[in-house]
Amino acid sequence: MINEPKILLNSTKANLIIRRFALQIIENHKDYQNTAVIGLQPRGVLLAKSIHNELLKLGANVLYGEVDHTFFRDDIGRGGFHIPKPSNVNFSTENKNIIIVDDVLFTGRSVRAAIDAIMSFGRPNCVELMVLVDRRFQRELPIKPDYTGVTIDSRNTNDFVKVEWENNNDVQVWLLEDKK
Amino acid sequence: MNQGELNHLLGIKGLTASQIHTIFDTADNFLNLLQAPVKKTPALRDITIANLFFENSTRTRVSFELAEKRLGADIINFSSSSSSVKKGETLIDTVNNILSMKVDMIVMRHPAPGACMFLAKNVKSQIINAGDGTHEHPTQALLDAFSIKNRLGSLEGKKVVIVGDIKHSRVALSNIYSLQLLGAEVMVCGPATLIPKYINQLGVKVSHNLDEALAWCDVANMLRIQLERQDQRFFPSLNEYTNLYGLNMNRLNKLDKEICIMHPGPINRGVEISSEVADSNQSIILQQVENGVAVRMAVLFLLAQHKL
Repeated sequence: MINEPKILLNSTKANLIIRRFALQIIENHKDYQNTAVIGLQPRGVLLAKSIHNELLKLGANVLYGEVDHTFFRDDIGRGGFHIPKPSNVNFSTENKNIIIVDDVLFTGRSVRAAIDAIMSFGRPNCVELMVLVDRRFQRELPIKPDYTGVTIDSRNTNDFVKVEWENNNDVQVWLLEDKK
Repeated sequence: MNQGELNHLLGIKGLTASQIHTIFDTADNFLNLLQAPVKKTPALRDITIANLFFENSTRTRVSFELAEKRLGADIINFSSSSSSVKKGETLIDTVNNILSMKVDMIVMRHPAPGACMFLAKNVKSQIINAGDGTHEHPTQALLDAFSIKNRLGSLEGKKVVIVGDIKHSRVALSNIYSLQLLGAEVMVCGPATLIPKYINQLGVKVSHNLDEALAWCDVANMLRIQLERQDQRFFPSLNEYTNLYGLNMNRLNKLDKEICIMHPGPINRGVEISSEVADSNQSIILQQVENGVAVRMAVLFLLAQHKL
């Protein structure tokens, strides 16, 4: 049973966060020529594209890629059926400063797998993590975001964070709480 | 997308078009991975695979072995020539002995048609057919169809002729099933002695004239003349076969279109295909080999999830 959905971020707030993310990247990556924003398939890609567009508007021509972590998951053959989405990294990640972008950080396992996937394209100088929503009390691995949009403290694993994109452009984030 | 409970890959017969498309989508991603500097994933790191080859093989065996290693699996290689099979051990005993060493999957090539089906019914392991006698060779058919799709964009409505020894060819049978499932039209071409009597029941066209078949098709898959299976004489001489059914540049130049040339290997150069054709731009023979690793990685990866 699910309670009435609660809005976590409306599109105005979400767009402000996307702009903040772009500005933070410029601030922290002074030599952003060597920086790449990589969206995590499937749901981090739209967010990464929005951030990349914002960066381009601000004159920061950073590299952009998309990575799928399916082949690097730690639960193959343990139930579930995982079909990969395309990875699209048309540059070597060797010595690059990589920012992994995902919508919701939950257990941290996808991010762990994504780091391995990125390593197959070269050895980056550093890897940072940028997430729109951090469910900080649900982590199963020692992974922490470097850039966070909003943090939620829900301890119920059945609670669900829904990220809705309209026309691949405007985003809203909802929290669907389990009644138990 | 169809999510069944596919535990084995025994043949193309029984698969659905949707399952094949899932294999192709996954193989596309593996093909990308194989272009990356690090070509490995640890996806099957806790899986052990035994490659049981009761018949000679170079290409298929190396391709499976590489696919398994790229996926991080542990592997055991076994060939009948250097094993206790020579001492009279039965197939089930051999396999059960190997399985008792905690092996999860078996890739098997065997001279007896149906050997993989027999094994699947009698042992507790996932079985992948790497060729069973004159029955099926599913991964070859998948990589052939995948290679056509990559070259021509799709298989829907494409015309494919399979030329040569259809009677003894597991590649031909598996190809017929997979190509038809994916919407292609299939013709077989060869001397009447090498075309099975009831081939019409499979819904394929039959031709005994290579030039006519080439004029009809978009893709020509030239099969190897299997000298090891020619226990009777099916044609008067190799020379005559080459004259009537060998693909050479003269024949290709007569066409008013470019066709895609395939061969499952190993090639008898100068018999079913001339060197000039095999090495031409129209030939995708080496792409077939490259795609073979990606397609086999996809099959192993999807089967390891016990759902396809």
